[in-house]
Amino acid sequence: MILGTTEAADLPLDPRPNAAATYAHPVPTTAADDAGARSVDWPAVRLHVVTGKGGTGKTTMAASLALALATGGKKVLVVEVEARQGLAQIFDVPPLPYAERRVAVAPGGGEVFALAIDPEEALIEYLEMFYNLRRAGTALRKMGAIDFATTVAPGVRDVLLTGKAKEAVRRKVDGHNVYDAVVMDAPPTGRIARFLNVNTEVAGLARTGPIRSQADAVMEVIASRLTAVHLVTLLEEMPVQETADGVRDLLAAGLPVGGIIVNQVRRPLLSPAAQTKALKGRLDLAAIENDLLSVGVLTPSGALSGSHGMVLDADVVGALAEEGADHAERVALEQRERDNLQVLERPTYEIPHLADGVDVGALYDIAEQLRSQGMA
Amino acid sequence: MTVHSEITPRSPHLDIDALLDDRSIKVIVCCGSGGVGKTTTAAALGLRAADRGRDVVVLTIDPARRLAQSLGLTELDNDPRPVVGVTGTGSLAAMMLDMKRTFDEFVESNADAERAAAILENPFYLSLSSSFSGTQEYMAMEKLGQLRARAESEHAWDLIVVDTPPSRSALDFLDAPRRLGSFLDGRFIRILAAPARAGGRAYLKVLSAGFGMFTSVLSKVIGGQVLVDVQTFVAAVDTLFGGFRQRADDTFAMLQAADTAFVVVAAPERDALREASYFVDRLEADSMPLAGLVLNRVQATSIPDLDAATATAAAARLEQGSRSSVTAALLRIHADRVAILDRQRRLAERFTAAHRGVSVAAIPALAGDVVDLDGLREVGAAMADGR
Repeated sequence: MILGTTEAADLPLDPRPNAAATYAHPVPTTAADDAGARSVDWPAVRLHVVTGKGGTGKTTMAASLALALATGGKKVLVVEVEARQGLAQIFDVPPLPYAERRVAVAPGGGEVFALAIDPEEALIEYLEMFYNLRRAGTALRKMGAIDFATTVAPGVRDVLLTGKAKEAVRRKVDGHNVYDAVVMDAPPTGRIARFLNVNTEVAGLARTGPIRSQADAVMEVIASRLTAVHLVTLLEEMPVQETADGVRDLLAAGLPVGGIIVNQVRRPLLSPAAQTKALKGRLDLAAIENDLLSVGVLTPSGALSGSHGMVLDADVVGALAEEGADHAERVALEQRERDNLQVLERPTYEIPHLADGVDVGALYDIAEQLRSQGMA
Repeated sequence: MTVHSEITPRSPHLDIDALLDDRSIKVIVCCGSGGVGKTTTAAALGLRAADRGRDVVVLTIDPARRLAQSLGLTELDNDPRPVVGVTGTGSLAAMMLDMKRTFDEFVESNADAERAAAILENPFYLSLSSSFSGTQEYMAMEKLGQLRARAESEHAWDLIVVDTPPSRSALDFLDAPRRLGSFLDGRFIRILAAPARAGGRAYLKVLSAGFGMFTSVLSKVIGGQVLVDVQTFVAAVDTLFGGFRQRADDTFAMLQAADTAFVVVAAPERDALREASYFVDRLEADSMPLAGLVLNRVQATSIPDLDAATATAAAARLEQGSRSSVTAALLRIHADRVAILDRQRRLAERFTAAHRGVSVAAIPALAGDVVDLDGLREVGAAMADGR
């Protein structure tokens, strides 16, 4: 992985006495690290916010990161805030209620719990907690008033959603944190800074009062070393551009930028020399044909046969060369985008493209990749 | 490269050129979940229609920068600009939606200067026009309505191709305008507005107990000032707009008309196909005219008979020998491709099994990004012949 500079100096001080010393560990992970002294990049972080452009695999990465953090006996909560039940689908469990449910067991006895945060439920819970207003809240919901309240002031909705995540981070039983870490499957990159920066969001609202204090309490966690906002991207133009914009927006809002997870990375299969030749269309077709004959992919009788009819040798060779050129072009494009990401100077983690797609098993593989690269 | 992806062998073929050449079709709406290539598809459809002789305007929501530049969308003036480079007698114009500006213009054209100024600086209006979750969808529809009106009055275009906002769910696009409409015309906002209309705070006397509780809780949660802003806003717009909800309903009806065609865009991935599935069902339930599904980024190969297992085994044998490994690498590249295609086909088959009558056009995955008109033409051509 690539380590960048940290913005620790720009961040508000963390209320905990020793948090500063361990933020964004500057020591790269090495093979010499044994299990007891694994170097992880975010040891002080308790709230991992995962954002990314639509289609980049944000929810998959949030779920995998939760598994990675839970590995070895930890307890991790992963929350979603957009009412789409993406976590239930990805963990292959029934739709999540507004309650923390165990959805997976991590290697080494860890547990992952999931919660779909619903802003209306969160508001009612909030009214109950602070005003003993649960019955009123339920009545108001029947009238459609809660929906109205969360709609009329969009910032309120975000405060409720982030507030619930903050509550899970801070929750203690007998002086111990209930969750070792909380992972949030957050809104997409384009909206993330505004979503998290609840202080500004509610600035137009009451200058005092409960929502104001709730927003302040949320910012104490979110704009501190307890939090890292990770961005998921693909090595394509638009997601990389949005990632750069997202990092800029987060920094401008004084929010702690975490790492960049690069998803669906192609393994470069051609040697550098072959890569260059493939890009220029100068692969040695005769040599390829000989190789294919030598291993029986092509036969001296001269054709590959199958359900699509006869395919001439030359066509097979040409098609393989063309697919090689496509691959080379793709790899070159990915390298350009990788360079664009490097400018951002953030710790970067790469997850390979999975030809078989993502199922629950793949989450464990990705979790292991994130761990081996030092993200958790 | 000849494409033999045959990703949906049992579905009817979506004849893109027949759709684009059908002059009774005036609006094509591209919808689908985020990240599936809606904007590129919309632009490619627009360019191909223009190249085939139609006068087209493409309304994009959030194009990639280089694609925007290639369409001449460097200035954000919220108005269609001609795109240079169309072949033949047709024409292409393109614009990028500026949500806030569309809302501002809507206010300015529907209110006298004094009232408009009051609305535009109302804090609630500022928040509504820039960050309400349904505003982008509402304004996309508002803009579509405007473009349609201009198409009829100025005859500048005979086809409007619309990209839809990158909502969390494809269905938001249909529901958000109505949600915003019913919110703005809703019971609570009317009750809130009543006192402002009556003038002063005399309304307090006539409040029901329920409403008293409502405002008291609301004031606790969001603060009294917001309520006052909302009241002022509603009072200012109420007499002018003839109902947001009515407008949203009109838009909805327009989308049900026979001269509209919906193209659902999806990538052959689980989540995108699930969204596409919901969308297709929803269009049917609401009697909205579905042209078909465009399946974007389908892995293609011209030698499907060389299967993944054979290619991988041959690569392994070559790697054992001392021969150059280029051929082995090419065989592994091919094996990956076939594996991806197999998975995509399985996913697509689940979709087509549930939606047998839905026509499909496939676009093969391209190695690079689409950044210019030639790239869009390539996409358009692939879509037109894609199975």
